[in-house]
Amino acid sequence: MGSSSIGKRKKDPTALRSVLFLLPSWILLLIFFIGPILLTFYFSFTNLALTGTQAQNIEFVGFQNFVSMFEDPTFRISVMKTIVFLFLSAIVGQQILGFLLAILMKEKNPTFRRLIGIIVIAGWVTPEIVVAFCWVAFLNDNGTLNMILDAIGLESITWLYTFPMISVCIANIWHGTAFSMMVFQASLDDVPKTIEEAATIDGASRFQVLIRIILPMVKGSIVTNMILVTLQTLGVFTLIFTMTGGGPGTSTQTLPIFMYNQAFVNYQLGYGTAISLVLLVIGIIASLFYIRSMRVKI
Amino acid sequence: MRFFSWRKMIGLMMAMVFCLVAVACSDGSASETDGESAENEISITYRSGGGTNKGLTDWLNEEVIPQFEKEHPDVNVKLAPLEVNEGDYFAKVSLLLQSENTAPDIVTEDTFMVNSDASAGYLEPLDERIEGWDEWDSITENVKNGVIAQDGKIYGVPYNTDSRGLWYNKELLKQAGVEVPWEPKSWDDILAAATAVKENLPDDVVPLWMNSGKATGEATSMQTFQMLLYGTDDPLYDHESQKWIVESDGLLDTFKFIDTVYEQDLGPELSQVLNGQGGTVAYQQLMPQGKLAIGLDGIWQTGNWREDGAAPWPEAFDTLGFAAMPTQNGEAPGTTSMSGGWALSIPAKSNSKDLAWEFIKLASTKENNLKLQLKDGNLTPREDVAQEPEYLEMEMFEEASSFLENTHFRPAVDKYPNVSTVIQTLVENVVSDKITPEEAAEQYKQEVTEIVGEDLVTSK
Repeated sequence: MGSSSIGKRKKDPTALRSVLFLLPSWILLLIFFIGPILLTFYFSFTNLALTGTQAQNIEFVGFQNFVSMFEDPTFRISVMKTIVFLFLSAIVGQQILGFLLAILMKEKNPTFRRLIGIIVIAGWVTPEIVVAFCWVAFLNDNGTLNMILDAIGLESITWLYTFPMISVCIANIWHGTAFSMMVFQASLDDVPKTIEEAATIDGASRFQVLIRIILPMVKGSIVTNMILVTLQTLGVFTLIFTMTGGGPGTSTQTLPIFMYNQAFVNYQLGYGTAISLVLLVIGIIASLFYIRSMRVKI
Repeated sequence: MRFFSWRKMIGLMMAMVFCLVAVACSDGSASETDGESAENEISITYRSGGGTNKGLTDWLNEEVIPQFEKEHPDVNVKLAPLEVNEGDYFAKVSLLLQSENTAPDIVTEDTFMVNSDASAGYLEPLDERIEGWDEWDSITENVKNGVIAQDGKIYGVPYNTDSRGLWYNKELLKQAGVEVPWEPKSWDDILAAATAVKENLPDDVVPLWMNSGKATGEATSMQTFQMLLYGTDDPLYDHESQKWIVESDGLLDTFKFIDTVYEQDLGPELSQVLNGQGGTVAYQQLMPQGKLAIGLDGIWQTGNWREDGAAPWPEAFDTLGFAAMPTQNGEAPGTTSMSGGWALSIPAKSNSKDLAWEFIKLASTKENNLKLQLKDGNLTPREDVAQEPEYLEMEMFEEASSFLENTHFRPAVDKYPNVSTVIQTLVENVVSDKITPEEAAEQYKQEVTEIVGEDLVTSK
């Protein structure tokens, strides 16, 4: 579809046909994708509420939602929590751990690869809510981990309350690492064996081969994966909400949780929508940052 | 070869998607046609799950619905409970009531949400219907205020009210050396009793339980914060000037008291109390197990311990006492309480309002209301039911009714629900040591001012 239709649209007899065929999907996209986005833009500049007088009389309030957002200390806390969660669970956790798993499994016995692969991917195929439930069962006051600690004579710890951020990060890493691992596995398999061998013959150590040869060759996948994982992690709601509800206090209140609280607990739908726009902007900025800093074309 | 099969696969998937879309569309048109049968069905939405509202469910199923279906043989009454925690219930109801396709025909509303939902246009005013209904006069005057919105119209028929106080385990307090029956005269007396429990009883006994988290929603705001605040000289809202009091000693002292309880380890583990199931754990597990000495909560907890309750505990009424909540330093009138209650309302977008009204009338008769209180363990909003011997004989009802003398109601004004969620968040932040009581009081001022506007706040 792409290159043939661009530039010579008028002459191409198939153009009209492709437009006709694409029309249904364009209309669907317009209704179900562009429509809600435009509505989100509109609502974020109103005082729309879930209940009360404002639910009936929506007023346009200009940038009021954004002004109060930046004045709100809880918003700043939420941005910080989001960054911490993103850094620990997406960048350090999923990305690096996924890469390590992939590189350690490279050219190993296929049976071994398959076995480890299945175990890691089990985390990925498990639905988010089930992951959250498993981890709550594990880290709970009377959970498995504390039972083990008790059995070996150590004092039990209220994990979800003493270390809430670490707990949700670990759960998210457990859930998401397989995705990074699979992306890296696929791209590592494409690194030609001959180049590595040549480098080894020239006297490069394994570490040098990794840094100087393998990493530059899979740079594209790293960036793509970084973007995907970042966007996924920015949107994580179920996991945190189920495990800690954003608490205790504001300890794990990332932006999606903050947004939910404003929209459905404080009934300020307009404000909640404004937060979702900010979340979108953060996602875009992060993606552009990765692309620029790694100088890759996507 | 491989590619080819992929294409086939994609083709197959697309075909399936189209089928799904087709099915979904046809389903939509089908449901429109059976709109007629919906005329003969009314649905009732209330909160359930985890033992919540078991009494109400039983009462509907065993008493009201059979009676109603006898009178209206062609009508089918459907229960449509929402299994969510208290905080989510109100948001979900607000969403349900926005569309004709989802709105039930009767909804149970906590009276603090009535004004809000009525202002949003979600509820049907009942004034005209009530005019021709003589039973309305039997409802206690101050309970009626809860269902009248700011526009002066009536939006619901109350089916219960309540009062709050201090549940205590007589045996545990005795063992801790506190005199029973326990009659605390000030906040310090409460702390003293809790400290005695902490020092003299095993570690797994929780001295004092107050709902303290965001997850317990309105319970945190009303059963804990406002029970304390209304024991000081400074209420939440000044009815005379119609302004919110956002700065007062009472506010600061209330945050300080809550902080003290957790600083001195007199409360439960945070992991237990900041949980949405906190109340269930406290009154269905810890209290019956003798692991909770004092709990600040409402009369309806007795519903749990009855024979057909969620956690039957026949000895409860010998083991437990229900003490009035003292004012801060014993100031007159000495005790305080908060009252709320629930009402049956008709959504504005219900499609069988007349039947719904018939149902509400039937549910609100003297006999049926009495049966509800006997099952559910709440106080009655009807003056005539309150005089029935059967009602007066109910355990703890004498105490609970006596608390009504000095009780308070939440401000029935726009924005109360929003202020309430600010309170919940701040209380959780204080107990989890995120902020100090002073910071909480400061943030309260800031956030409430933001919500209600500069000209509707005052300080004391």
